[in-house]
Amino acid sequence: MDPMQAIKDTFFQECEEQLGELETGLLAMENGSGDEETVNAVFRAVHSIKGGAGAFKLDKLVKFAHVFETTLDKIRTGQLAPATPVMKSMLRAADVLADLVTFSREGGTFDDARSNELIVELNAHCEQKTGEANAEEAPAEEADNNPFAALGWEPVALALEPDVNEYVIIFKPKPELYAKGNETTRLMRELSRLGALTVHCETADIPLLADLEPEQSYLSWRATLRSDQDLATVQSVFEFVDGDCHLDIEVIDFTRETPPEPEPEPAAAPVVEVVAVVEEAKPALEEVTAALEAVKATAPPPREAAKADANGANNATQNTIRVDLDRVDRLINLVGELVINQAMLTQRVLEAGAVKNASIATGLDDLEHLTREIQESVMAIRAQPVRPLFQRMSRIVREIADATGKNVRLKTEGEGAEVDRTVIERLADPLTHMIRNAVDHGLERPDQRIAAGKAAQGEVRLSAAHKSGRVVIEVADDGRGIDRQKVKAIAIKKGLIAADALLTDAEIDNLLFMPGFSTAETVSNISGRGVGMDVVKRSIQALGGRISITTKPGHGSTFSLSLPLTLAVLDGMVVKVADQTLVVPLNSILETMKPKGGEVYGLGPDSQVIGIRGGFTPLIDVGYALGFRSERADPMAGVTLLIETEGGVRSALMVDAIQDQRQVVIKSLEANYGHVEGIAAATILGDGRIALILDADAIVNASTGRNTPSEMLLAG
Amino acid sequence: MSMKILTVDDSRTMRDMLRLALSGAGFNVVQAVDGVDGLDVLERETPDLVITDINMPKMDGFGFIEGARRIDRFRVVPILVLTTESDPDKKMRAKNAGATGWIVKPFDPVKLVDVIRRVAA
Repeated sequence: MDPMQAIKDTFFQECEEQLGELETGLLAMENGSGDEETVNAVFRAVHSIKGGAGAFKLDKLVKFAHVFETTLDKIRTGQLAPATPVMKSMLRAADVLADLVTFSREGGTFDDARSNELIVELNAHCEQKTGEANAEEAPAEEADNNPFAALGWEPVALALEPDVNEYVIIFKPKPELYAKGNETTRLMRELSRLGALTVHCETADIPLLADLEPEQSYLSWRATLRSDQDLATVQSVFEFVDGDCHLDIEVIDFTRETPPEPEPEPAAAPVVEVVAVVEEAKPALEEVTAALEAVKATAPPPREAAKADANGANNATQNTIRVDLDRVDRLINLVGELVINQAMLTQRVLEAGAVKNASIATGLDDLEHLTREIQESVMAIRAQPVRPLFQRMSRIVREIADATGKNVRLKTEGEGAEVDRTVIERLADPLTHMIRNAVDHGLERPDQRIAAGKAAQGEVRLSAAHKSGRVVIEVADDGRGIDRQKVKAIAIKKGLIAADALLTDAEIDNLLFMPGFSTAETVSNISGRGVGMDVVKRSIQALGGRISITTKPGHGSTFSLSLPLTLAVLDGMVVKVADQTLVVPLNSILETMKPKGGEVYGLGPDSQVIGIRGGFTPLIDVGYALGFRSERADPMAGVTLLIETEGGVRSALMVDAIQDQRQVVIKSLEANYGHVEGIAAATILGDGRIALILDADAIVNASTGRNTPSEMLLAG
Repeated sequence: MSMKILTVDDSRTMRDMLRLALSGAGFNVVQAVDGVDGLDVLERETPDLVITDINMPKMDGFGFIEGARRIDRFRVVPILVLTTESDPDKKMRAKNAGATGWIVKPFDPVKLVDVIRRVAA
């Protein structure tokens, strides 16, 4: 890849990180938990983005970042107080900046009006507090862009002067010049690049050795330069030593007949001769400098305090590395193979009857242990904190709050919880939708809230936590809660349930997840984007997750998502069905039981139910449902697994026998073969055989012919 | 032997660009991510020239320059400051801390090498 392109990619990656920092910092400033370092970090984030953008000539980004940075600098230096209106603009500016970064990376269209509007807004904040200072600043900045202005020179006039000029340069460095690592030799070398140079070193000021202070500067130089360059160019040679030396540059113009010659120096000396002198002067000069430097080197050592300081702070070095995602995935894949291979080896050893040999058994145990540990460690590489995802949500909240005129605060908890990268990526859309719903449907308008005796500002709480091997993400609002009467009425109106259906509160809440359900009386352009909670539910299920609602009328609702930490492995129960080995995901199994006679009842011509503790649950013969056998097996001969589908519906799956419970590596069936109804994926077992992983939901739906919980409810 | 240059910058983009420009010009490049790291590198490396950013976490450019100047070996090594704006205040502060000169970002590789040549032996 083109190295510049690679750097550009890095830049955009870095932008994402900086934008995250920016958002976090601004939010901390907004809620008052930020300190000085927070402001600095925020400033640095914008500053870095601007710096990189400049290098890639991303002008729009630079322009906006500059205004943003200026405002932040005002806050940083205490000239502007981070009051609420200012912080609101800042947060919006962060959003625009993020959009500009995206635009710069991906192209497309960008609404200049938005950024311009914010530029005006930010400038207004700056001027408001520092009206006068700012007014003065503008011309000052301009002057800065034109270094000649301050010098009272007209660069254009000089630049157009094509003729050779002669400059007489009197240069006397101060000790500070050397202390900053500048050297007369190098300055003279630069001058000699501009034209023919003669240099004369003034040594008269050098004291007797006894009085000589090694760090003092005693020498001065007088240089005569003949060059076609203008004065500004000559002056620019001394740009870095400005203030650290006495400098006097005089222009003697040949082209005009008025050479005022205050110095008796050979101003009109022939060029050839001058060059020769320069060549002579150079070694001499270098000698002097070398001598000076030698003196400096033997000077007594300076204070050592800084060294100790630096040592103390040294522990903090880089502790992360950047790895291509493909490499990690390849590693995960290989570890998956390793796990399979290890299981296979164990099985072969068992078959060979060598298990009585204690050392082999111990070795196998260790191997299994190590393999499991390697696998977990590798999975941990893919795990990422949910923080960036949560940060994105705060923006969503702001946008919707603005659009709906609601006053909302987003509170996040547990941003450090780590989940597989893929899970995070695929969680963004559903979570966005849930957050939108919470603000748009869940929270009341400020006046309604006050009328209900609540604070005008609503709260949406987004939290993540690890619970028994899964991550639970909750979106909670303190709004009005779900209006069950209304939900039921809508469901009846839309024909989703029968008018006389008797539903429990939980069942009514779950109606929200039904396809084609929308509670908004008028579809707003915020939540009503043709995506309902049913889509949210499907995407969560596709990730192997579950979603549930709890709501308290008048006090708010909570949507909980329970997700697996990784998509690469699964804890499963290995079962036998009609001589086939299947894996049932452990997270859907509630309990296992052996049916007794009299518990199984036929229901209609083609279905059976099983009585469990006073209730009835549909009984599904997995072998029959998957077409492994054409006749139903005897329920008494097998084992039943009581499972709960994502919709919260219970079913009993009938299998022939339970073999094992283990972690299996998920292999996509779609990618290697094709989609099979009722099968989620495949895995390779220890004996090298392929086992199919059961999609419990699909089996239940296909077997009962009932696709939705409500229909199930109707039947019940 | 080619000249060794230490660059101190918290932005990965900037570090990459500096490395590209400098190694392209035949310099030997060592890099640090902030002032503290920079001083750490100076403990074990002896660069012939240092280029540092100003705005950095942990220890900014000013602190880094002051720290470097306190190390005997680096009292007179040229230190260039990277600044985005031609802010005279910042230049003055950098100079007072002991900076030799400055490079205004965004730089092009030619300009960068030019400035280095100006201050380096």
